[in-house]
Amino acid sequence: MGKLTIGTFSSLVGSLSLDFAVKLAEAAVKKGHKVDFWMSGNATMLAKKGQKAFKDYSFLAKTIQDLIATGNFQICACEACAEARGYHKEDCPDGFIRKSMDWYLASTFDADRVLHIGGD
Amino acid sequence: MATTKLAFIVRSLPYKTEASRLALTHAIASQTVEIYLKDGDLVEASVSYVGDGVLNCMKGQQGMKHYGITTIEGHAKNSLLLDMRVLICKEDLDKFGLTEDNILMDAEDIGGETKANIVAYSEIQKEMETASHILVC
Repeated sequence: MGKLTIGTFSSLVGSLSLDFAVKLAEAAVKKGHKVDFWMSGNATMLAKKGQKAFKDYSFLAKTIQDLIATGNFQICACEACAEARGYHKEDCPDGFIRKSMDWYLASTFDADRVLHIGGD
Repeated sequence: MATTKLAFIVRSLPYKTEASRLALTHAIASQTVEIYLKDGDLVEASVSYVGDGVLNCMKGQQGMKHYGITTIEGHAKNSLLLDMRVLICKEDLDKFGLTEDNILMDAEDIGGETKANIVAYSEIQKEMETASHILVC
């Protein structure tokens, strides 16, 4: 089985790119692959706990928690991007990692595939 | 010992979104990635500017004056200071009527020795073909 590294800058709610990235991660993990998921910029919004489900908006928190529980999924937010937006360590949902950008680049080192969604 | 080559392809306008700035800060982060890797392993980043992305290379940016933030020009200069390979698409510069005189080509004023390269798109295509992974921003 392989390793997929996904990086995204796209925001939660307002763009469905982040939803696509999470769905792709879910499909990969279901097939037995490992996934590293990196969030920079507005994507760090996903690393904020307390999100509520509404029918009109994306709700990815449950899917992410299920993915973390598999042990084959790591999710990491850019610490500086989160802090700049007022999301601190205590705001981070359980199981999320916060690191600097080199964590992402290191993840690409041994990734079989890298999918980078570099826009909003 | 192995090297993974990342090709950051910057095609976003400067300041309109955060994407081009993040491309540069991520590429620059390759300088500290070794703390996560085995001895001798490397991640090497290059930055190529294409399409609207070439406007990120404009000289004389005033980000601090108008927005109170560092300029993308400053990050681009840092990438040259760190000897990163920087490619700028000639055809796209031509479309905007830009020449070497209008864009950041070096970081000599801060001690950099590496220069940016204005190249035909075919060279950027080669850069992508030889990269382990392509990251479009």
